[in-house]
Amino acid sequence: MTDVASDPYADVQLLRGRAAWIRVVLGLAVLALLPLVLPGYRLFTLNYMAIFVIVGLGMHLLVGDTGQVSLGHAGFLAIGAYATVLLMTELGAPFLLALPAAAVVSALFGFLLGLPALRLTGPYLAIASLGFGLAVTLIIGTSPAFGGHMGLVVPTATVGPLRLGGDVAKYYVIAGVTVGLGVAARNLSVTRVGRAFRAVRDSEIAAATLGVDVAYHKTLAFAVSAAFAGVAGGLLAVTTGFISPGVFTFTLSLMFLAMVVIGGLGSIRGAVLGSALVGYLNLEMDAFQELPALGPLLEVFSERVMSVAGLPNVGWVATGGLIMLAILVEPGGLNGLWLRVEKRIAGLRGRGGRRRSGGGA
Amino acid sequence: MLTQSIAGGLSAGSIYALMALALVITYKATEVPNFAQGEMAMVSAFVAYVCVTQLQAGFTVAFTVALVFAFLLGVGFEGLVLRRTRDPSHLDLIIVTLGFMLTLFGLAGWKWGADQRPFPFPVSTSAVVLVGDVAVSALSVATIVIALMLMLAVFAFFRFTKLGVAMRAVQQDTVAARINGVPARRVVGLTFGISSVMGAVAALLTAPLITLDPTLMWDPLLKGFAAAVLGGLNTPVGAVLGGYLLGVVENLFGAYVSVEFKSVVAFLVIVVVLWFRPSGLFGRHHERKV
Repeated sequence: MTDVASDPYADVQLLRGRAAWIRVVLGLAVLALLPLVLPGYRLFTLNYMAIFVIVGLGMHLLVGDTGQVSLGHAGFLAIGAYATVLLMTELGAPFLLALPAAAVVSALFGFLLGLPALRLTGPYLAIASLGFGLAVTLIIGTSPAFGGHMGLVVPTATVGPLRLGGDVAKYYVIAGVTVGLGVAARNLSVTRVGRAFRAVRDSEIAAATLGVDVAYHKTLAFAVSAAFAGVAGGLLAVTTGFISPGVFTFTLSLMFLAMVVIGGLGSIRGAVLGSALVGYLNLEMDAFQELPALGPLLEVFSERVMSVAGLPNVGWVATGGLIMLAILVEPGGLNGLWLRVEKRIAGLRGRGGRRRSGGGA
Repeated sequence: MLTQSIAGGLSAGSIYALMALALVITYKATEVPNFAQGEMAMVSAFVAYVCVTQLQAGFTVAFTVALVFAFLLGVGFEGLVLRRTRDPSHLDLIIVTLGFMLTLFGLAGWKWGADQRPFPFPVSTSAVVLVGDVAVSALSVATIVIALMLMLAVFAFFRFTKLGVAMRAVQQDTVAARINGVPARRVVGLTFGISSVMGAVAALLTAPLITLDPTLMWDPLLKGFAAAVLGGLNTPVGAVLGGYLLGVVENLFGAYVSVEFKSVVAFLVIVVVLWFRPSGLFGRHHERKV
């Protein structure tokens, strides 16, 4: 995926050339101006998607770079969410302190799960992490300190003088954190640690002979991706205003793994695209019957063949179908699709340019 | 109390063992843990349900139809979906099974809703059989006996028939099997069919115990996975023993320690076991060579 650069430091630089700068400034401007044009509930959707993107960035480091599988990341999301809320309500910690603290707590658990991961690979690791995720929600659901099955109401967070009451204020905080973590993940991925991650993924023995501490980097990948999920959990709590064990299910963990694979393993762009897509689907699952042309058709089909009461389940069918389709049709994931479109556009532009110069001659 | 718990554990363990064995035979053939296996079984159970309640079919007909459906579903999933992926990685294939799982779950929920339906079954759930001085429900006895017979049949099939040997050959080394004239593709498809039938039997035995709804096989699937990992994903016999062991340990834990945490003790056990034996209790650990 990454082409060999002539300058060994070229791919470490965050931005190369004026074009990249212009694109980034434009992108940030669009992000900053979105709340002015979008209605509130759309901002909620964006916030929700951004939270998935943060988890996806962490999964990218763990699955894409280091080649380890986790089916328990909903557990880290839960740890982050509950740590943030409890630090705020029990210790009166400000949100800006509670969120990083929650990330640290989550990273600690990630480190703990990383320990058995040292000896386990593939499906064995998948099952162990799956058990971890189930255990977290079960423990939260049964202890009164965590609000049990009834869940916890999240107090309104404040950032300095700003109260995070509405979706707009939340949007700016979440967008800021997401962009910041995106840059962090990208930098981690292309510098020494990220290279060590990929060396471990490609061959543990080769990495070890080159002086890479395999055990350290494998557990580090777990801890870092857990920290990302922890931050996402804290933000999720603030966004939805209410958390309960029912949110952090096994299927959510499946979605987290699926989204980086759909995006295209090993690329940050893919992780971001895949996560945003799956986040959107996960939130808007019930909205399929409200689509303009498809909606009424689905309703008729439900009445005749399926059942009307079960109509909301269409979302599961669509999500599952899209996941299968993504892999069957585009093995490189969304990132592969992106690269192909980019190449096509570049090709068109190149041909157009030649034609123009040809006309001039 | 103790023997009672063990008997209950063996009954639950039979289901886990069936799911684990179904998982292991496809895992050995393709190295893909099939996450859709539980939902495939659940849909098959719904097929039997529709036959009995809506088409007024007898149990023999209904169950036969369900098992045939399960077989076709397994073969179809392998041939029409799994095999269509272009130069897939293992992770790609795992995600495809996850996608199929969500699709089937959604379709079942769409068609039959989330209602918990009592599942008609020829063996009573309330009748009690005395085995020695232990009282066991007739359903438990039926579950244990049917699961054991089915698994023995499968092992015999693998051991003594030409097709079974071909399947084992493909599981061991697909390329070598192909060179020796085994039609590997058809054999893998058939393996998925047999696996799906075993899952369906597990579902038909689980549904009368609890009720039938689209989440029917979630717990058995996860426990089947846990059992297979516990025994060793590469050893069918180990996976079956893992299933029984898990059922008994879980039931004893529920009886003597805590009912609340009964459902996660399985995963605690496997984390501990994997810590000492990374390839499962009965799995052989292959030393890596450079």
